[in-house]
Amino acid sequence: MLKTNNLSYTYNNSVMIDFPNIDCKAGEHWLLIGQSGTGKTTLLHLLGGLRRTQKGGIEVAGQDLGKLNSDRLDRFRGENIGIVFQQSHFIGSLTVEENLLLALYLAGKKQDKTKVKSLLSRLNLADKLQSKPRQLSQGEQQRVAIARALVTQPKVILADEPTSALDDDNCQEVIQLLETEAKAQNASLLIVTHDQRLKDYFNNTIELTKGKMLKE
Amino acid sequence: MNLFNLSWKNIQIKPLSTLLSLILFGLGVGIITILLLINQQLQEKFQKNLAGVDMVVGAKGSPLQLILSSIYHIDNPTGNISLREAALLKKHPRIAPLIEKTIPLALGDSYKGYRIVGTEHSYVELYDSATAATAKLWQKDLEVTIGAKVAAELQLKAGDEFFSAHGLMDDGHNHEENPLKVVSVLPKTKTVLDQLILTNVSTVRLLHKKPEIEFDEEHEEEEGHDGHDHEGHDHEGHDHDEHDHEHEHEEKKVEPIDLDDPTQGLTSLLVFFRSPMGNLLLPNFINQNTKMQTAAPAYEANRLYEMMGVGTRALQVLAYVIIFISALSVFISLFNSLKDRKYELALMRVMGASRWRLFFLIILEGLMIAILGYLIGLVLSHGGMSIFSGMAEDAYQYSFDGWRFLKDELYILIGALSIGILAAVIPALIAYRVDISETLTK
Repeated sequence: MLKTNNLSYTYNNSVMIDFPNIDCKAGEHWLLIGQSGTGKTTLLHLLGGLRRTQKGGIEVAGQDLGKLNSDRLDRFRGENIGIVFQQSHFIGSLTVEENLLLALYLAGKKQDKTKVKSLLSRLNLADKLQSKPRQLSQGEQQRVAIARALVTQPKVILADEPTSALDDDNCQEVIQLLETEAKAQNASLLIVTHDQRLKDYFNNTIELTKGKMLKE
Repeated sequence: MNLFNLSWKNIQIKPLSTLLSLILFGLGVGIITILLLINQQLQEKFQKNLAGVDMVVGAKGSPLQLILSSIYHIDNPTGNISLREAALLKKHPRIAPLIEKTIPLALGDSYKGYRIVGTEHSYVELYDSATAATAKLWQKDLEVTIGAKVAAELQLKAGDEFFSAHGLMDDGHNHEENPLKVVSVLPKTKTVLDQLILTNVSTVRLLHKKPEIEFDEEHEEEEGHDGHDHEGHDHEGHDHDEHDHEHEHEEKKVEPIDLDDPTQGLTSLLVFFRSPMGNLLLPNFINQNTKMQTAAPAYEANRLYEMMGVGTRALQVLAYVIIFISALSVFISLFNSLKDRKYELALMRVMGASRWRLFFLIILEGLMIAILGYLIGLVLSHGGMSIFSGMAEDAYQYSFDGWRFLKDELYILIGALSIGILAAVIPALIAYRVDISETLTK
C-alpha cells in the first residue's frame, strides 16, 4: 500500500538524511520513531505528497507520487491519504461538523451528514458538532483532527507526532482511536513520532537515523 | 459545504472589516447610481415637457428663467409682455410667415401651490392631443380644467369651486371674490400638464387685475417692476385693500384692455416655427423691434445640464474615490487575514484542494463583498431617489420615480464585480502560492 525506495533528502545542500525503506501493506500499522534531527516531519510530508521528493521514489496505493503534477497530487492526496498533525488546526470560520463536511467536499466525496455524525459520536464528540474548533480542549481538538483525517475513508493514514502534546491518558485514548478506526476502515496507518510511550502498541517499528553533514 | 459557503462564512468571521468595506462600497455605488438616476429622469422630463416648443418669447430677463417658468413651470416668470408686442409675431410681414403657431401663456396665480395658467386649448394638445380633441375643456371665464395630479392631490373634481391665490407660492393671498369652477379633469400625461390648472387668458387677467388706484406710491412702484411676478411683500398691500377690491371689480371688468400695458398682457408666448430660419431671424427681430426677448429651450436646457454637470462631475469623482478606498479596504482586509489563514489554506491543500480552488476561494470573498456592496448601493440610491422625489415634489411639484431601474445599473454591477475581483487578485495569488510543507512546519 505504501512503499519507499532509497528515499533521501538534503537540506540546504548541507545535511543529508537517508530514510529506511518502508513497505507497509494494506491494513498494517507502522511506527516510525526517531529523535529530533532525524527528519520525521520531512518524511511524513514526503509520504503525504506535501513536499516533492529529491531522490528515491514513493508509491502510495500503486501510484508513484513523483509522477503526479501539482493539481493531481492534491486530488490524489484528498482521496487516498488522511493526515493528522501534531498541532491540530481547523478552518476557524466553520463548526466541527462543517470542517468534516469540507474535507469530504475537497476530497470530492459525498457529504454524508449521518456518516459525519456517527463518526463523531464514536469519537465521543457528538455534542460538539456545532461548536467552533477553538472552543474545544486540546484532547478534543486532536480527536476532531483524527475524525477529519478518517472521514474521507483514506487508504493510508499518516500521523505526525499525534500524541506528543498530550498527557498519558489522552495519549492512550488517541492512539487506540487511531488503531481501531484504521482497522475498521482497513487503512494502513503510519505514525511518525519521538514519543517512546507508543513503542508498546506497535509490532512494526522502524528507527530513524540522524542525518549526515555533507562536506563543503 | 462548498467554496461558496466557505467564503460566505469567511467574510462573516471578521464582521467589522467586512462592514467597513460594505459601507464604503455601497456608498460609492449609491452615489454613482443616484447621479445616473437623477440625470436620466431630469433629462427625460425636460425632453418630454419641451413638447416641440422651438422658442419662447417673453419679457427681458434671464433666458433660462424664461424657459423654466414658461415650459417647466418651476421658476418665477421674467415679467410680462404687452398684447401689442405679442401680436407682432402673428402680424408682422417679416416674421409671421416663419411661424406655424404661437400659444399664449399668462401666469401669476396659483391654488395651493399649483399654478394657474391662462392659455388656449392648443396648449393641452401639445402634451395630450387625444384628450384635447375629446375632453370638454374650459370655455368661459372662470372655468378651469385641472391636471391629473392637481385633481388627485387636492381632491378636486368637475363641478368643484375654489378661490385662487395671488402669486405662485402657496402662501399667496386669496382672491375670494372670483371662484373658479372646475369643468374637467385631464387624464394623467406624466408631463408638466398634470400639475397645472388651465384656464383662458382673460380669467388670469380678471383674477389678477389690481385696484391700482388705491395703491400708495410705494406699491405702485413695486408693481411696475414686478409685473406679474409677485413676491412676498406686495401681498400685504392686498390684504389691506381687500374691501375696496370687491367694489372696483365690476367696473374694472368692462374696461377695455390696454394693449400697451404689460400687466394686462401675457407672460410669454410659446413659438413653433414653420421653417428653421425662424431660429435665426426671430431673435434678431425681437431684440431690435420690441422690449421682449427670445429664449431657445434646447439651448437653455443644455446650459442647465452643463451647470449641473460641474456638480455632478464633482460628486462622481468623490464616488470613484470612495469606491477606490473600499476596494483598498477589501484588499487590506483579505491580505491581513491571509496571514492568519495561511495555515488554513495549507490545510485545505492537505485535504485535497488544488491551488486554483484556493485562488477562487479568495476571489469569491472579494466578489461577495462587491455584490453585497452593490446591493446596498442600489437600496441607498433608489431609496435616496424616493426621498429626493418627495422633496422635489414639495418644492417644484415635480415627481420622480425612485424604483425605476436603468440598464446602466447593469454596467455598474459589472464594474462592481470587476473591482471585487481586482481587490482580491493579489491575496488570491498569495493563496495560490502557499507552500504547504513550509507553512505546516512553522
